[in-house]
Amino acid sequence: MLGHWLPLQPNHITLPNILEAPSLTEWLGYDDLGRPILDRLILGAKTSFLVAFGVISVSLIVGTLIGILSGWFGGYIDLIIVRIMDIFLAFPGILLAIALSGILGPGIENIVFALSVVGWVGFARLARAQTLSLKNRDHVLAAIALGAKTGRILRYHILPLLLAPLLIEATFGIAGVVIAEAGLSFLGLGVQPPMASWGSMIKHGTSYMLMAPHMVLAPGLALLLIVLSVNILGDNLRDRLDVHSR
Amino acid sequence: MLSFLFSRLFSTLIVMLGVVTLVFLLIHLVPGDPVQAMLGESATSVDQEVLRTSLGLDQPLLTQWQSYISGLFQGDLGISLYSKNPIIDMLWERLPATLELAIAGLLVALILAIPLGSIAALRKDGMYDNIAMVFALLGVSIPNFWLGPMLIYLFSLTFGWLPVSGNDSLLSLILPALTLGTALAAILARMIRSTLLEVLNEDYIRTARAKGLRESAIVIHHALRNASLPLITVLGLQLGTLLGGAVITEIIFAWPGIGQLTIESIERRDYPVVQACILLISLSYVLVNTLTDLIYTWLDPRVNYSA
Repeated sequence: MLGHWLPLQPNHITLPNILEAPSLTEWLGYDDLGRPILDRLILGAKTSFLVAFGVISVSLIVGTLIGILSGWFGGYIDLIIVRIMDIFLAFPGILLAIALSGILGPGIENIVFALSVVGWVGFARLARAQTLSLKNRDHVLAAIALGAKTGRILRYHILPLLLAPLLIEATFGIAGVVIAEAGLSFLGLGVQPPMASWGSMIKHGTSYMLMAPHMVLAPGLALLLIVLSVNILGDNLRDRLDVHSR
Repeated sequence: MLSFLFSRLFSTLIVMLGVVTLVFLLIHLVPGDPVQAMLGESATSVDQEVLRTSLGLDQPLLTQWQSYISGLFQGDLGISLYSKNPIIDMLWERLPATLELAIAGLLVALILAIPLGSIAALRKDGMYDNIAMVFALLGVSIPNFWLGPMLIYLFSLTFGWLPVSGNDSLLSLILPALTLGTALAAILARMIRSTLLEVLNEDYIRTARAKGLRESAIVIHHALRNASLPLITVLGLQLGTLLGGAVITEIIFAWPGIGQLTIESIERRDYPVVQACILLISLSYVLVNTLTDLIYTWLDPRVNYSA
């Protein structure tokens, strides 16, 4: 995120430095066009987090809204929404996102759209389940008895209690979106050059693996570190919160 | 039991219909005129009209949907715009390679996960347990589109033991299967460990020990057998991730399966083929999930059918 203020030159081409290995002056070396990999890595981080922020925000808002409505109203509305969620869950992994971004064409907005179409379901399921358990709580029943309007109940008595688990889910969702974005970019469906993405950097580097393995190593390690940290955080949280596994 | 079976099959049918509808709508999401996008700028208006009529895009949406569904029932998925071959034939041609890869990935996952998870549970908190769980953590965190190139670098380019790509021999299956199966192996190993830890505290294990049974017999016949039920559910659910991951794995290793066909067709703007590939993968996933559910209820008599 700080990359914006750093003196980076991710697209600066220095021909004599082509494929140069990492050194003390340029920590991660240069790519096939003589561009500094560290600078491109930081630019790629910006792409990843921009996409992650966009996808998580859209999915969180849309998913929560649909989930609350489904859980609160129940009946046919709930039945239909649950069926729709089942349909979206029937597409394995990022397959639907691959199809969508393939058909919509490359570009950062299309990636955000494609991954949000896949991402909202998780939030909707969580919001629905929470609303179902919250709607019979005493304070909600009291609000209904006092004649509060539905909108007011949802906004002031249900939503604040939903927010904590949803925000935890959102935090862990970031790692998933970063991986998915890199995956799409690896397939050539993500952001286009000269913009950098860790996925397209890996893809690009595979052609030069014999001469310059650092081109693949650097963005891959960056991805691994991010996902690893989120997973370790998740494991520790689960161990602390889950009494059964002690 | 019978009513459970019917309700499960009924909801599967609804989900499948939804999947088909969503995939059908994909082509209408193409920005601008889909016909122009598929044929390119240089196509004449006559060519455009011919394609529009043959895809039925000049009909009302509902009519298009109806003919898409009735085509599916007759095994007619249309014609590829690029090769002019029937799409169903192209899928048949590519399907064996993807199945081979998926089964190999599944086998790799099981072969790695069962010993890793069981020994970790038996030696809880010991050195082996720690090593196995670090491996599992790395396994779930490593993106397959990075693991693949790294394996190629190590085993093909540096040591020269295995081929870089293609599928001409059993040797060329090893790296793709490892790439595809590692994440699943890690998930399964963690699951087997935690399930076994629970099972090992049960009364019947204590009874088996009291009878003087050998430890290996206790683990294989009593513990692993009971731990295998949740394993089936997770396996069914994760098969989808496996199928999705197969697309990326096929691209890394130039594996001539459905995933490669999907990406090739996206690049050629051959959208009817893209639709068919997505449809095939998702419908198989839905079927596998339903099957897992049914097998599970059949294997475990404690499951409540009315649920």
